Amino acid sequence: MITTDICIIGAGPVGLFAVFEAGLLKMRCHLIDYLPQVGGQLSEIYPQKPIYDIPGYPEIKAQDLVDNLMDQIKPFKPTFTLGERVDHLAKQEDGSFMVTTNDKTKVHAQVIVIAGGLGVFEPRKPALENLDHFEGNGVTYMVKNPETFRNKKVMLAGGGDSALDWAIYLSNVAERVTLVHRNETFRGAPDSAAKVYDLANNGKIDLILSANLKELGGNGKLKSVKLEGKSKEEITIDTDYLIPLFGLSPKLGPIADWGLNIDRNAIEVDTRDYSTGVDRIFAIGDINTYPGKLKLILCGFHEAAIMMHAAFKYVYPDQKLSFKYTTVNGVNSF
Amino acid sequence: MVKFTVEDHEGIRQEIEAPDDMGLSLMEILKASEYPVLATCGGMALCATCHVEILEGQDELGEATDAELDQLENLPEYFPTSRLACQVRISPLLEGSIVKLRGEDN
Repeated sequence: MITTDICIIGAGPVGLFAVFEAGLLKMRCHLIDYLPQVGGQLSEIYPQKPIYDIPGYPEIKAQDLVDNLMDQIKPFKPTFTLGERVDHLAKQEDGSFMVTTNDKTKVHAQVIVIAGGLGVFEPRKPALENLDHFEGNGVTYMVKNPETFRNKKVMLAGGGDSALDWAIYLSNVAERVTLVHRNETFRGAPDSAAKVYDLANNGKIDLILSANLKELGGNGKLKSVKLEGKSKEEITIDTDYLIPLFGLSPKLGPIADWGLNIDRNAIEVDTRDYSTGVDRIFAIGDINTYPGKLKLILCGFHEAAIMMHAAFKYVYPDQKLSFKYTTVNGVNSF
Repeated sequence: MVKFTVEDHEGIRQEIEAPDDMGLSLMEILKASEYPVLATCGGMALCATCHVEILEGQDELGEATDAELDQLENLPEYFPTSRLACQVRISPLLEGSIVKLRGEDN
């Protein structure tokens, strides 16, 4: 079990900056994010895009902002659980919280900060009958541990970079890799596409173009996948695994079940301290809503500063909070 | 002002009127009209959460651009008439068209 002062759900720019504001007040943070890397949308969706409205930066690339934030919070030694989704929050008798992820990681914290942006980036799923029966029984949306697929028959579906990259990687691990793509050509990185064609020509992978996933077969465990070609012809391919790779899309996810006031996929907060209706749970950044809300990174930074000052009383109930400038006190690392 | 029709996920159609001189995108008008369009990336053609299908009027509006196809191709399902609403400008070309909301994201 991980013990911390503040558990921040979401490691996007606002969650990261919240660590800095907490650190100035001597509060330690643990961050949890479902994406495998920090940075939220900035790193996942538009790492190379310039942002023009970060105060003090006339222009900064999204990933550079994330890298800078990671540098800025380093003195406060934040800890991270990445690639896991927070499923449960359980209030303890003393008012603190126990957080549990989908992988059963437990984090004990005095305060919860939801900086979840648009929610959880979940994989997009193909419309297939009984898909949910096979999830975890052959159908998976992520390659967490490639060894899972050693000497197995694996089918990948999709035409983007991740489908190409995993087809290349798994061709050295799996017994058989089949890549199914609905079009004739790939729009992903030309180098990766060329490599995939090479592997297909050398018989290292089976490449099936102009085909769509049609039906899953198997009794409890995935055995085969039926594909439909352009002219509606069907073929069935035996496989142990199917990995659909159709990108990620944000969903509010389990946050909706935590007893918070939700208005149109956002958490209503009190603008005095960005507290939610539930004691010791705060919400900052794109995930919250209030009259006049602007979904801007700079607004999230502001919310983080105010919110952390309000959280101090839960972490240090016996201490009086005195406001200090970094210009006077510097940044005192842990 | 231009007028066009929007069909939601339930198949309900509604005529929308939008100004064509403000440099707005179809995505922005759909959001302003309270349609459930996520538009995660804010309009950079980087997320495909504003996927729509142009049921009528594609001849005028044209096909999806390369930037749109890069995203559309990642979706479990898209159509020859698919567009990303963030890349469709509100212009006289939209007059009389019918736009259907697509994608499980919306």
